[in-house]
Amino acid sequence: MNTAALADLCYRMADDELILAHRHSEWTGLGPILEEDIAFSSIAQDKLGHAQALYTIMHAHCGEPEPDVAAFMRNAEQMRCSHFVELPIGEYDFSLVRHFLFDVAEYVRWTALIESSVEPIAKLARKIHGELKYHLYHAQTWMVQLGAKGNEESHARMQTALREAWPYALGMFEQGNHEQALIDEGIYIGEASTQERWTAMVIELLASSTLEIPSSTEAHLGGRKGYHTDHLQPLLDEMTEVYRIDPSATW
Amino acid sequence: MTTHDVYAALLAVRDPEIPTISVVDMGIITNVDVRSDDDVHVTMTPTFVGCPAIDVMRSDVEAAVRGLGVAHVTVDVNFDEPWTTNRLTEAGRAALLKHGLAPPEQFETLTLKLDVLNNVACPYCGSRDTDLKSPFGPTLCRSLHYCNACLQAFEGFKPV
Repeated sequence: MNTAALADLCYRMADDELILAHRHSEWTGLGPILEEDIAFSSIAQDKLGHAQALYTIMHAHCGEPEPDVAAFMRNAEQMRCSHFVELPIGEYDFSLVRHFLFDVAEYVRWTALIESSVEPIAKLARKIHGELKYHLYHAQTWMVQLGAKGNEESHARMQTALREAWPYALGMFEQGNHEQALIDEGIYIGEASTQERWTAMVIELLASSTLEIPSSTEAHLGGRKGYHTDHLQPLLDEMTEVYRIDPSATW
Repeated sequence: MTTHDVYAALLAVRDPEIPTISVVDMGIITNVDVRSDDDVHVTMTPTFVGCPAIDVMRSDVEAAVRGLGVAHVTVDVNFDEPWTTNRLTEAGRAALLKHGLAPPEQFETLTLKLDVLNNVACPYCGSRDTDLKSPFGPTLCRSLHYCNACLQAFEGFKPV
């Protein structure tokens, strides 16, 4: 097994899930209605679980640190998340649009990983795939509700959020350092194929939303190489504060 | 010591989030391997990957097997045999209903259509004139519904 390539893939995916989980959790207690508060908190918990499962696989098969250490003891330069997940939660329209665009990509990734040549990843993918339909259902419902079935203001806000999120969303498909090995060894389909499937699915799911899908191809890159927005380090400082004070703390 | 003895002991281990159901009826015990009277291996798998109750259940399972006088108990949590709601036993479905949770429908394929979440049978009056309010409830495995017949909100155990 090409453990370097596998770790490269897993860090990109796990760091995205971990950081977006943290962002989603910022809606806990603040959601616009109770059901949405619960939804974002639940989705955050699912993503955190996916991140933990990936860190666990890397620890078992790639010689990487324990999951808690991997999650809490790296600084921004060592993180491989995309800029998209680092952005603050903004208004609810932006958080919904990011939830939608990210979760379509997440669905595409885990669906493809069911066929991975790495057995523990394929097994995890079969499990996670079943959970993601609830995320997609939730995200798509709101895109259509606030797009086609909302009012002028909700439509305008969703359209603006979609336009602003787009270049960051495309940054999710920045390649890592082992792209060809991942493809050649059947570990993963690669970022170009991922983006192609993602685009098709976004178009399909937004068909009834009346929202216009941006045509821009500009992408905010750098996250997969350790170059991040200024939003990431403050997030890490907050997320890891307790662990850095006392790694044995339990609650 | 037989596999049966171990399963019988595990019937006493409850899901901390839904105390009417045992880990056995929940279907999260995927294997019991009695290597000797002093060496038992149990494999379990979480309902959802991010289920926060799994560590509690894992240590409860270990304690229950130790309670049989087994010196070496190993509890492994993995995804070799992924949990789906089809793994719930009949007793498990009855236990969910007793807790006021609509049991999930059986399904055949991995890519399940979410239509099944509309018109879930109400656990209070049995009517199928119900609406899905949100696919996310108080725990990862539950959804929120409303019954138009008896006018009550209820929770469902969502199929995965």
